[in-house]
This record gives sequence, C-alpha cells and structure tokens, in this order.
Amino acid sequence: MSSTYPTIHTVGLSGVLVTFADALDDTANRAALAFRAAVDAEGWDWVHESATSLISAFFRTDLAEYPADRITGQLNDLLATRDWFAAPLPEGRKLWHIPAVFGGDLAPQLDEAAEAAGLSPQDAIAELTSTRMRVITIGFAPGQPYLGTLGEHWNIPRLGTLSPNIPRGALVAAVRQLCLFSNNTPTGWRHVGQTAFRTFRPTSDTPFPLSPGDELLFHATTPEDYKTIAANNNDGAGGATWEALS
Amino acid sequence: MTKAALKVHQIGPAAAFQDLGRPGYIASGLTRGGAIDTLAVHEGAALLKQSPDCAVLEIAGVGGVFEATAPLRIALTGADMTAKIDDAPAAWNAAHQMEAGQRLTIGAARSGSYAYLHVGGGFDAPVRMGARGGHMSAGLGKLIAKGDTLPLLPDIGTRTGYFLPRDARFDGGTVRIVPSVQTNRFPPEERARFEATAFKRDPRANRQGIRMEHEGEGFAAEGMRTIVSEVIVQGDIQITGDGTPFVLMCESQTTGGYPRIGTVIPADLPRMAQTPAGGKITFQFITLDEAVAIQQKDAKTRAGLAAQAQPLVRDIHDISDLLSYQLVSGAISAQADPFE
Repeated sequence: MSSTYPTIHTVGLSGVLVTFADALDDTANRAALAFRAAVDAEGWDWVHESATSLISAFFRTDLAEYPADRITGQLNDLLATRDWFAAPLPEGRKLWHIPAVFGGDLAPQLDEAAEAAGLSPQDAIAELTSTRMRVITIGFAPGQPYLGTLGEHWNIPRLGTLSPNIPRGALVAAVRQLCLFSNNTPTGWRHVGQTAFRTFRPTSDTPFPLSPGDELLFHATTPEDYKTIAANNNDGAGGATWEALS
Repeated sequence: MTKAALKVHQIGPAAAFQDLGRPGYIASGLTRGGAIDTLAVHEGAALLKQSPDCAVLEIAGVGGVFEATAPLRIALTGADMTAKIDDAPAAWNAAHQMEAGQRLTIGAARSGSYAYLHVGGGFDAPVRMGARGGHMSAGLGKLIAKGDTLPLLPDIGTRTGYFLPRDARFDGGTVRIVPSVQTNRFPPEERARFEATAFKRDPRANRQGIRMEHEGEGFAAEGMRTIVSEVIVQGDIQITGDGTPFVLMCESQTTGGYPRIGTVIPADLPRMAQTPAGGKITFQFITLDEAVAIQQKDAKTRAGLAAQAQPLVRDIHDISDLLSYQLVSGAISAQADPFE
C-alpha cells in the first residue's frame, strides 16, 4: 500500500472522490465503505449524495456552490481521525440466501469456468455455494452487484469473444469476482449460475434490494425448483431470504 | 371537467417524457437521467411562468402531430424544429395558446438535436422513484407511440405569446472542460493535442453518450489497461480502447473502466447535447476556479430567464414604435455583388 493514499480529487464540478488504493484491494474497498458511512453520519450540508466504487468513496456536490478547499479540509480532518484500512464494515448489512441453478441449459458456461479454475464442475459448485460473497460495489446497471472475492484459482480472464445475450438474473464469473446481472446483456464473463433474483425492482418500495457490504450465499437448486420460483416471482425476490449481519 | 390532454396522431422514433432527473441513486447504479438539455427545460418553464420541475416531452430528430382535447398552453424550446398550429406557423422558443381540436405539427430539426414540447401545468406522466422522466436504459418509462394520449396536470397559469431570444448552443463550438481524476494519466503533449483537435459529433450519439470523431491518431493514457473502474459524472470524456473520445451524458452507466481525459463543465452540457451530427466541437481546458465563476454566472442566467421573455408581435399595428425598428437590417447593399 502506497503511503500516498488516500487521495482526494475533484470530479468535474459535480463532486469529490476519496481513493484508498491504486489497484483493486479488499482493505481499500472496506475503507471506502467505512469512510462513506462516516461522512454520511456527519450530515454535512454539501453532500448531495454519496456512493462507493471498488476502491473509492464519492460525494456528489456542486463545487460552484461549495468551495473545494473547504470540502477537502473537512474530508482530510475526518480521514485523520482513524485508520480506515482497519475500519469495520458498516452496520445494517444483510446476509442474503439466493437459490441458483448451476450448469446445464440454464447456465451453460459452468463447466468451462470450472476447467479454467482447475476444478471439477462438482468442486466448482461446492466453492460457489460455500463462499460468502460480499457486494464490493453496485454499478454499471441499476442495482447490479459486483461480488468479491473468490480464491486465487478463480482469477479467470474474461472471454475474448462476447456471449451475445446473457439473461438477467445470471450469475457470471471472471477475475475472482461474481456479478449478478440486472438486465439481459452481452458479456465476456462466464455464465455459471442462473437466479430469479431481480436486483432492480422499479415498482417496489425498495427498488434496490442490495447494498454495498451486503453478503450473498448461493444455494444450489434444481432446474425444476428454479422454474417454479421463476413462475411465482411477482416481487422479484426469486426465492431469496435475508438475515441481519451485525 | 375532463383533463386536458394531447392526442398523438404521429410521433418520431425517440420522444419521451423528461424532467430534471432522478438524483440520489448513484450508489445503486442508476444515473440521474432527466432532460439532456436542462437549459431548454428552464427556458420552457420561464416562457410558461411555471416550475422547471414540470414534466416535458423530449423529442430527438423529428417531432409529430398532437391534437389538443381542451384549451391549453404550450411552449417549444431546444432544437429548432418547424412547427405550426393547424396551418399557422408557430414561432420556436415561444409559448402559444391551443384551442380544443387544434393540431400542433412539429417537423424535423433545422438546428440542434433535442427539441422540447412543454405544456402549461406539465405532463401528468407517471411518477417512478420520485420523478417522471424516462430512463430507457434502466427500463424506466417508455417512448411515446402513435395513438397515445398525453394527459396534462391542471394549469394555473394563463400567459402565452412570449418568446425568448435564442442562444448559440445549437451548432457546435468550443466546449470547456476541467481536469478530472485521470487527466494526469494523459501526458501533457496528449492533452495539448486533444485541445488542438477539431472534433465532429458522430451520428452514433444518444442520451448515454456522444461519440466524437476526428482525423489522426487516437488518444492514449498511460497504464490504460490497469485503471480500476471508477465513478462517472455527467460530462466525463472517456477514451475507449481504440483512442476515441465519448462524452458521457445524463443516462450513462454509473461506473466505467476507461480513463477520462477531462469533464465538460455543466454550463456547456446543453451545447454538447445540442450539437447536431457532424457539428464541429473543440475542447478547451479551464481551471476549476474559472469553471466555478462560469457556473455561478450560468445559475444567475437560468434564474433570470423569466425576466428575459418578451411578447411575440403578430400584428404590425401592435407595434407602437414602428419607426424605431431597423427594418432593413441584413439587406443587401446597392454596392455589394450579390453573387459573391
């Protein structure tokens, strides 16, 4: 970890970015989550909204109205109060249990992903259903979580040729991460599982069920049970349940 | 009393309800959306003397034919499209009265890219997650179709027959940018070349982003492949793998892994949005302090739009000081060669 981090940068005239590393790093992700929560708790008037990316915390504001110097000073003062790399994860997180079909017609790239990871399909499913995956960021598409982090042997590259249309609810794998798709999309990530979990529910009171820091545990289900869940899925839950994480 | 509405008899391929967007959801992966030219939204609100939060119809490319079901007020702003009410030409950047049964016909753009149809009271578009604007890439809202009826909210205003002077944002020009998080990844000579390059707006442009084309080599940052995906703000100019700049607009994704050379200042986003396909753009770096001063002036201009509105003059007998008008402005002089 370079001693030059964290850094503070303005982002256009629309906000400031506090970055905790120069490469993807789990402690930097935790630091960003903790720092965002701490800034939100301060209730500063200039913070119009906040977010985290993989290794940064972002605070949206109007720099024409609130001087960058004042904002940077406040952020530096708060950064100096503790070691953010050792900070605990924010409170109010959830552990989600989500049914998923692995392999077969519904998730046809499981076998090749397992092979790339040097595992048998059975061992790959065992790892994918026993590793608690943390939401390291939500982005690109509405509600779409990027989940970390699988073991080093899962550092499998994205495919050179995109798969043209992977369905929403798909669980896809690449570079030690999983992603749970919000929408049908072309992708170079490998389609290893299929869920009926909707990450964006526009007509719901809680349109975005997942938050950064939440953890997900996938439970292998049969294609028949998946079809039953998918046919009775008006709320978009896809058979998932959650419990509070302290 | 039945609600006033506009019946859609014809419509172009890309018309949808918009407003000032749906802020607050970046952490959940949803960008603000809203009208791509927010200045045009403020202009329409000033013409009708109502809130800029009223929902409007954003029209890309070509308009449509709309029939009023009851007396109602409209205003037309943004890209200049041919317009008439029944058979009478209707001035652009102006507010007009429509009577029940009258038809508004909006044609193709003469300059600019996005036109706006405002109605007194605003459109009663469904509220989704706190806003009425469509966000098509997220699946919020839908494109307007032939046969739709667009309902209006009650209108407490009465004023029509006013216009606003047009500005020069519809034909490209200089767009000012500030350095952003990854600007320093581009060597100084690469940034200088970027400023010196004449770009054209590519036809491949939409509410998510605008591709810029240019002659010569693409642009490159140091360590492009190792950049960690990072938050996007509207106006960010990302350089894709082949060196092509894309200006990210109101409906972009929330994060991106391509490096960004700079960010268009908010005051110049309407120019960016309205530059038509093939329109010429150059980018100019300014300091954050300069940008703040421009932005503060822009906020004052928007707040003062209502005071800028002037009565449309339809009948020469209404002009009390006719002789003070310079009626021959722009006429060809006797000496000039008309074929030159």
